[in-house]
Amino acid sequence: MDAIKNAIETVDLSKKYKDRTVVDNVNLSVKQGEIFALLGENGAGKTTIIKMLCCLLLPTTGDAKIMNFSILKDAAKIKQFMNISPQETAIAPNLTAKENLELIAEIYGSKRAEVGRKAEEMLTLFGLSDRANDKARTFSGGMQRRLNIAMALITNPKILFLDEPTLGLDVLARRELWHVIEKLKGNVTMILTTHYLEEAEALSDRAAIMAKGKIKAIGTAVELMKKTNTKNFEDAFISLVSESGVTK
Amino acid sequence: MKALAFASRNRKEILRDPLNLAFGLGFPVALLLLLTAIQSNIPVNLFELKNLTPGLAVFGLSFISLFSGTLIAKDKSTSFLMRLFASPLSAFDFILGYTLPLLPMAIAQSAITFVVAYFLGLSINLNILLALVVLIPSAVLFIAIGLLAGSVLNDKQVGGVCGALLTNLTAWLSGTWFDLNLVGGTFKAIADALPFVHAVNATKAAVVGDYAMIMPELYWVIAYAIAVFALATIAFKGKMRGDKN
Repeated sequence: MDAIKNAIETVDLSKKYKDRTVVDNVNLSVKQGEIFALLGENGAGKTTIIKMLCCLLLPTTGDAKIMNFSILKDAAKIKQFMNISPQETAIAPNLTAKENLELIAEIYGSKRAEVGRKAEEMLTLFGLSDRANDKARTFSGGMQRRLNIAMALITNPKILFLDEPTLGLDVLARRELWHVIEKLKGNVTMILTTHYLEEAEALSDRAAIMAKGKIKAIGTAVELMKKTNTKNFEDAFISLVSESGVTK
Repeated sequence: MKALAFASRNRKEILRDPLNLAFGLGFPVALLLLLTAIQSNIPVNLFELKNLTPGLAVFGLSFISLFSGTLIAKDKSTSFLMRLFASPLSAFDFILGYTLPLLPMAIAQSAITFVVAYFLGLSINLNILLALVVLIPSAVLFIAIGLLAGSVLNDKQVGGVCGALLTNLTAWLSGTWFDLNLVGGTFKAIADALPFVHAVNATKAAVVGDYAMIMPELYWVIAYAIAVFALATIAFKGKMRGDKN
């Protein structure tokens, strides 16, 4: 069944603001359980694609199927099994870490009895147990980012959008988060946007390189290096983005 | 359940911000004390408690707009609302979630205003309880104004529109500070077309036991509350679909 095979499938997905095309006829498919990286310079259209796939933004033309549900017609159904960790930390500052997690679990329909247990699990997983009852606004940037991702994972999503998940994290925290993401591999379909190319290479099964709203290439790191005849992933990225005249 | 979880979060956010409490609960009381002190030193009955208290109760509710508007606008600026927009919360859940925690706060604010007025000399009877009930549609109206403002404006703009413009409009056009008949003309016509003076008149009628006068005044407030709530819901739905992004 295609619905089982491909968790995400876009068909001529486009977004225009007046005369400016931000996403231009994007066609891509993401297999279930795959980690798929969306890469590109600032303004390439990555976040706009994520917003459309999360049903936060209507496409100008085209459609996308998430687990075979249309983002145009079935947004309410899609929202039940999908979650996002936005680029900017999206936490309630005057709630404690535990309250933030419990809030999201309850909104996604967890029973009151299991909300506390799930929150404790996430606090442990992200090393926040000792600050569980402190208000989120008192946290360091790195801790807020960890809480941000924990809030996305507490709902056990089938599809998880990670928009720049390790931005601002120190090396150790980043590696810890990589470890968490790797553990989810195969069970959760993840769309990852990042400016850290080594992160995309280490974590993702495949990557799409975007420039000026278009997909320039899709493949594994090895395939993209082969395609551009380069020796490392960064050079492959630069080669593909430069083709479109974005990088001088 | 989802709306209640969200309402619980909003209640905590508001109550954990001491500035909200100071402005929301303290400011109307401070004005009541000040104006009563003025009244005791002037020869005419300008600020009688039975007239002044309903006016200040309505005026105090204008700060509830500031709370609800600022809360939404701040949520938008921190991406928190983006996370929630991607969740299974419906527009109705959002509106309910923002409204529910503010209603008891609004009623508490009005009750405190009447309690302070009692210590200043206002007689307390069952009519005061009726006045608190009559103030509920006004509370809903001011919450809806805040929801509308917060949906379309950023937090600084909400501060300007709800914190300065709306509070002044409420004060000037509600007949709290002066009898609108003294000004008359276009000013009175505008005031009569807006809900603020009707909210004050309905509350005054409840306080003095003029029951027949309550509903004719309250219909204005209810109609405005329904209209502004509908507008806020439409604006919020638009934000959820990313129409303005």
